[in-house]
Amino acid sequence: MELLKIQQIEKYYGSKSSLTKAIDDISFTVDKGEFVAIMGASGSGKTTLLNCISTIDRVTAGHIFLEGTDVTALKGKALNKFRRDNLGFIFQDFNLLDTLTAYENIALALSIQKKSAKETDVAVKTVSEQLDIKDVLSKYPYQMSGGQKQRVASARAIVTNPKLVLADEPTGALDSKSAKLLLERLRYLNKECGATIMMVTHDSFTASYASRIIFIKDGKIFSELSRGDNTRKQFFDRIIDVVTLLGGDMSDAL
Amino acid sequence: MLFKLSLSNIRRSMRDYAIYFFTLIIGVSVFYVFNAIGGQAATLEMSDSQYEMIHLLETLISGTSVFVAGVLGLLIVYASRFLMKRRNREFALYMTLGMSKRKISAILLLETLIIGVGSLFVGLVIGIGLSQLTSALVANMFEANMASYKFTVSGGAIVKTVVYFAVMYLVVMLFNSFVVTRMKLINLMQSGKKSEQIKLKNPVLCVIVFVLAAALLGFLYYQVGWRSVRIERNSALAIFAAGSAATFLIFWSVSGMLLRVLMSMKNTYFSGLNSFTFRQLSSKVNTMVFSMTIICLMLFITICTLSSAFSIRNSMNKNLNELCPVDHELVISYDTGIESEYDDITELCKDNGYDITADFSDYVNFTTYSDPAFLFADSLGDAFEDAQAMYSFLQYDTPEQLIRLSDYNALMELYGREKLSMADDEFIMLCNYTSMINLRNKGLSVGAERTVFGQTLKSKYASCQDGFIDISTEHINAGLIVVPDSVVSGEVPDTEYFIGDYSSDDKEAAEKAVHDGFDTAMRTLSANSSNEEGVYGSSNISGYGWTTKLEIKEAAVGLGAIVAFLGLYVGLVFLIACGAILALKELSDSVDSIGRYEMLRKIGAEESDISRSLFRQTGIFFLLPLVLAAIHSVFGMKFLIFFLQVFGTNSIASSVGLTASMLLLIYGGYFLVTYFCSKSIISEKR
Repeated sequence: MELLKIQQIEKYYGSKSSLTKAIDDISFTVDKGEFVAIMGASGSGKTTLLNCISTIDRVTAGHIFLEGTDVTALKGKALNKFRRDNLGFIFQDFNLLDTLTAYENIALALSIQKKSAKETDVAVKTVSEQLDIKDVLSKYPYQMSGGQKQRVASARAIVTNPKLVLADEPTGALDSKSAKLLLERLRYLNKECGATIMMVTHDSFTASYASRIIFIKDGKIFSELSRGDNTRKQFFDRIIDVVTLLGGDMSDAL
Repeated sequence: MLFKLSLSNIRRSMRDYAIYFFTLIIGVSVFYVFNAIGGQAATLEMSDSQYEMIHLLETLISGTSVFVAGVLGLLIVYASRFLMKRRNREFALYMTLGMSKRKISAILLLETLIIGVGSLFVGLVIGIGLSQLTSALVANMFEANMASYKFTVSGGAIVKTVVYFAVMYLVVMLFNSFVVTRMKLINLMQSGKKSEQIKLKNPVLCVIVFVLAAALLGFLYYQVGWRSVRIERNSALAIFAAGSAATFLIFWSVSGMLLRVLMSMKNTYFSGLNSFTFRQLSSKVNTMVFSMTIICLMLFITICTLSSAFSIRNSMNKNLNELCPVDHELVISYDTGIESEYDDITELCKDNGYDITADFSDYVNFTTYSDPAFLFADSLGDAFEDAQAMYSFLQYDTPEQLIRLSDYNALMELYGREKLSMADDEFIMLCNYTSMINLRNKGLSVGAERTVFGQTLKSKYASCQDGFIDISTEHINAGLIVVPDSVVSGEVPDTEYFIGDYSSDDKEAAEKAVHDGFDTAMRTLSANSSNEEGVYGSSNISGYGWTTKLEIKEAAVGLGAIVAFLGLYVGLVFLIACGAILALKELSDSVDSIGRYEMLRKIGAEESDISRSLFRQTGIFFLLPLVLAAIHSVFGMKFLIFFLQVFGTNSIASSVGLTASMLLLIYGGYFLVTYFCSKSIISEKR
């Protein structure tokens, strides 16, 4: 079932004299229950794409539909409400509130939605089990490791049962062991809990956990890969092939 | 180059500096306005005694200015230190680029100079503008006439303001340079990276400290509110010190408990942005315990000072009508036991060449007596021992003042007040000084017996009656006993009175005529004296004096105005200081929290929720010290009312209202400015 539909979107920066096309006519769809990765070198426009989908940034032209709602037409309060009720975010630098404990950080996402304390408690407990962070719930961000922080952030993103989870370089600030742990959890959320995840990354290993990969170069879709029945290792090798083909900056992302 | 850097630094951190600059400007203009009052008053039509009052006010303001400068100086040093701390990363950058500490000092010096000169200039311009309005205020307060409006600039006040603030800025410069020389690169670089550590205080300890502090405060409140009379100067200081300590402990423990309490209310805590709001607030309060205490105490002092100052002024004006019904009072007192050769003051004047009756339309002559065997202690009766235990400082061995019933009633006829009547074996106690009334009432009952000049009299009433003979603006009749005429017949009076209204409508001319005439009469009396020992001749006059309505009025109005001006001065500066400290902290916190708000928006918090959270944070932050200060003030005022009684202040409602509105205007103004600035800061895109 089609969840997200991107229709010929464009995003320009700058003035007429020096125009930068960050996104230049991109269209694709994401089905419910998919785990999509968007790959590209720095400056390829992948983060801009994510920001447009997440309604943090506005497109210059084109439409983005989430379950039939045109998010590019939303404004102000409706936009905030849409973001709150439909999207979950995971950021590279975790973006946890340093003044709150892990529990409170996760609960905040629910209390913003005006859920009762009881509902909140149940939901936080459940999600913390799924992400294996029960032990750190009472800790503050400065008392946690990077991996723990990112899993708390993921818990916060997923706890509201959003239609789409958007992750911007989620492993960017993690060591390889923590990154692996996180990605396994994300795949678990995708497979077992049915979460639709869209992840931006420039790291082939990270991308190999996804079920489909969209490659972006200079604001355009360059290629697309589906995992199909491949093992993760096989998929990884195929990704490397495309990355090599992409050449240039991207080759240093091996 | 350095100049350019300094200027751009200021422009860039305008956000941080705005409230600092704003406060300096207010400080400068308030300083100028009050120091220029003398100059402003010079444009008004005033009597000599009013000029004397204005001069006294100038002197007092001058003295207060030193104190005010101290407060403002501390505020400036605090603020600049605070703003400097926020720039550690910037200094680290300069140092890694190889800039010497001397150069960094120079940059800071230039910045302070630019801000100092700027704020002085703007502040003085505003001050000069505002001080044109103070002419009207001075005229109103001193009840003088504003003959014609003139634009005045007080050069003296400008010089004074510039010198005082130059000294303050100099101190700041020295302080900054000192701080710079002690900076270490490693600390500067790490200062921004240290992640915020949340230290929760031991809750049990917090509760214990809170209970102890609250108990101490309760005890102090009791001492101050209900045991006022026992407080002397030293113990008052001790109570203030203990109160300050208790205030500090309350803030310390509340900052530790507040969050725990809120966290235990799960439904509230996990509702909307509350968890975020409370955490932010708690960390703010935690780092501000000491400042909060200072702010709370300053607010407390401000509330008490302003309320009492306004009360004194109000009651001064009100009492004038009630307690000073006639124009003139002359008093001559005699050595005890020796009878005057004249019947009364009228005769004394006439025999010595001045016909006093010509200058008066209505008047009475009368005498009062005292019985050396009937002392204050005797008059108190059964209440004496209690009284001595409570008010050890009173003079219990002074004879009581006695007045004949017929004399008293004649005076009341003149005053237009109610007359008294009683049987031949009764007496009536008159008193209008509240605490003395309470004291005397304890020993009084209907029929209570007192022996005066060997005769036993019974009290007609169970309590003191309202009444007085001396004109004044204050309820200061501590006790006067009305006795039947027969009791004092044959006794020698010890004081003679002449009280009346002028015949002329030109009160000032009449007053001068009476003074000249009476002076001449007394001099003639003295010159003709056959008795070389007595100054005033054979009559054995031990002293004489007069009181006039005009004098009383000018003194009262002037005193009220002086008190009100000084109260305003100190109150304004304190309020500014309190507002500025809180605003600085709140604004810099907002700058630090931009990222947090950005994140809240990303996870979908609505803008209205974020604004509400910010409003609550700022509001509670500003309210906390105010609430405790208000509670302190309730008891502080209870204590002050005890002393204000002498001015006849029974109701402080209107002055408290006035104080509240000033508080609302300035403190509330700072709150609003802070809130809206914070709001604009956190809605900025990074």
